[in-house]
Amino acid sequence: MNENFTTDPSAVTVALPKGSRWQPAIWVILPLAVLAAAIWWLTATNPLSRFDNGAPPVESLTVERTILDHNGLRLLVRAGGSEPMTIAQVQVDAAYWEFVQEPSGQIARGETAWLSLPFPWVTGEAHLVTFVTNTGATFDHPIPVAVATPSVTSGNLVSQAILGAFVGILPVAIGLMFYPALRGAGPATMDFLLAMTVGLLGFLIVDTLEDSLEFASQAAAIFQGQAMVVLTAAASFLILMAVSRRQGSPTGVALATYIALGIGLHNLGEGLAIGAAFAAGAAGLGTFLVIGFTLHNITEGIGIAAPILKVRPPLWAFAALALLAGGPAVVGIWIGSLAYAPQWSALALAIGAGAILQVILEVGALLVRSRGGASAALGSMPVLAGLAVGVGFMYLTAMLVKI
Amino acid sequence: MRSWLPFDLRRRGFLGAGLLAAGGAAFTARTALGQTAHPAGHGGGTAQADANSVVPAHRVAHGAMITVGDVDDVRNGFDPTAMLTDWDTGTVSTLPDGRRLRTFEVTAEDKEIEIAPGVMFPAWTFNGRVPGPALRAIEGEQLRIVFRNDGSHPHSMHFHGIHAARMDGVPGAGLIGPGEEFIYEFEAKPFGCHLYHCHALPLARHIHKGMYGLFVVDPDPDRHPDLADVARSRLLGTPENARWQELAMVMNAFDTTFDGENEFYACNTIAHCYAEKPIRIEKHRPVRVYLVNITEFDPINSFHLHANFFDYYDQGTTLTPTLKTVDVIMQCQAQRGILEFTFADHEPGLYMFHAHQSEFTELGWMGMFDVVEAVS
Repeated sequence: MNENFTTDPSAVTVALPKGSRWQPAIWVILPLAVLAAAIWWLTATNPLSRFDNGAPPVESLTVERTILDHNGLRLLVRAGGSEPMTIAQVQVDAAYWEFVQEPSGQIARGETAWLSLPFPWVTGEAHLVTFVTNTGATFDHPIPVAVATPSVTSGNLVSQAILGAFVGILPVAIGLMFYPALRGAGPATMDFLLAMTVGLLGFLIVDTLEDSLEFASQAAAIFQGQAMVVLTAAASFLILMAVSRRQGSPTGVALATYIALGIGLHNLGEGLAIGAAFAAGAAGLGTFLVIGFTLHNITEGIGIAAPILKVRPPLWAFAALALLAGGPAVVGIWIGSLAYAPQWSALALAIGAGAILQVILEVGALLVRSRGGASAALGSMPVLAGLAVGVGFMYLTAMLVKI
Repeated sequence: MRSWLPFDLRRRGFLGAGLLAAGGAAFTARTALGQTAHPAGHGGGTAQADANSVVPAHRVAHGAMITVGDVDDVRNGFDPTAMLTDWDTGTVSTLPDGRRLRTFEVTAEDKEIEIAPGVMFPAWTFNGRVPGPALRAIEGEQLRIVFRNDGSHPHSMHFHGIHAARMDGVPGAGLIGPGEEFIYEFEAKPFGCHLYHCHALPLARHIHKGMYGLFVVDPDPDRHPDLADVARSRLLGTPENARWQELAMVMNAFDTTFDGENEFYACNTIAHCYAEKPIRIEKHRPVRVYLVNITEFDPINSFHLHANFFDYYDQGTTLTPTLKTVDVIMQCQAQRGILEFTFADHEPGLYMFHAHQSEFTELGWMGMFDVVEAVS
């Protein structure tokens, strides 16, 4: 604050009479001093002791990562109680087991610790971990299906990348291959395709937000999952709008790139979900499901192609767009399979939701401009049909992958 | 989020039974291993689990399936090992009519106790310990129990024995509020292994908070001429009794979350206490266990002795066994009895005992007898 005043002498001389250049600083320091005094008074004299009714402290424990390997179980827990927490004992399937906590001792509010148990878990079966704190409170953590947590080996990475390519990159590339066929499209077809893009993006933003909120609900309370998702999505939307509008509304390749980015972030979420399913032992990812994802995502390629039908980008641009939109699925599977804490997945998906909202707005603006007005655009048959086909196709193909 | 599984993962109950069975098998396998691997001549007393030893003795038997850390017996004010043989015989005087009068003093108090390493429980106690003092008297004596309530709730002492209604320790008959005092008076009968507990309402809460204890009435040999030797061996203080190793054991459990399900099971309160500090048994001296079950919320509890069999006297009110040569008995709440067995023909080693409900065992109700050659 202060530096602004000193480095901007004109403002100082104009706004404030000489001699009182510290006055604004005082009005910053004073409220802070009152705050500091209040905190000191609360901690030093403890006037809240009258509220101490002998109730035990509120305790909260969130398991952020669950690693199963040949040594047993390793769990990353985050404490969220009103006071530092102590994990006194750990049960697995209603039996006490030795455990090692790292770092040991109390876990302060918001802090994490790793717990290792030499528990002989059984592949494919369910286990229940119960943490008992020093107050006797218990926290359950179910392991629905025990499978070894995938580790980072080149073999794992390659097979996961192949799966990611099938789910993300291949369908987008196939969609983009419709480009030559669509080049001769008339204005009505153009409107239909752009509206279809808006429709499919509309489906994706709902899907992404839903996934993001679901991850957020698994995160520790300290992260305030829902607020975090909404704020992150809004921030991501505003930043992308600010960047994209620097040279007016984006069109052509620029718009296609933004669409690819939004779709890419959504596919990151899809990858995270698949990877998390691997980590959670739900590896029943059949051929049918993979084909379902491929079909589901083909329209994404057509959507990316729509704004560039009237320009003629070089071939490498198509490859780059396909990678931008589909590649994140690979990264998502890699990250998801390592069972990272849910708040990071929620964060990534919230950024994706903001990005998708931005391209919905931009593609919508393009439609409105070409039609010469919002009401004209919304009233036209190709646009309405495109919106319906976009949402409908995504919804129906999603049936293939939702179980 | 997409669900990748064709069934509801949270319905894991059907897997539980199989797991329990598998766990039990692994458990027994390890135990068998433990008995052979354990070195003979396990001379030194109780605590084998010192920090320097590579594998503590008890670890051989159950691997890593145990609570972590130690309970602070000093802070608790009672030591489960000392509790085994800590009989409260009160003070004895003679009444004008020549009968013996035995007086006990018992105070109810609130106390936070450590029931498993690091886990505190807000208990209600008799004389600051859970279980309460193991009262021991002789058949036919007049008993006077001076009971003071220093706790925060109304409490009583309800004795399982024969007495007048006004001495029953139920509401209206010896149930007293905080700060009050009551004297229970009755004759010690029938002989046997009995118990007392608080009978204030709600009963389940008052019992499971820790208000219970053993009440043993030894038989008077003069009243049982046919089995005078047996009666004398049960009578504390006689030479016949001195050769027995008598142990007071109360099977109890604690519901630390107050949801009607126990988190910790134990014999004498502290989960796994006799697993970590095995009970030392001189192999040539017979063993007599005064056992009572006061576990709340579960309908029954049980006692299983490894590698040996015992005679059982249900309620202890007979001088001949009610069950001969068994290795498991079960008790409903407040049921109790006397177990008699010997390791005289066994080789020294660690012999396990536990509830034969695997769940109770694995949640803390498990211990070991450390059978050693007699030391002079």
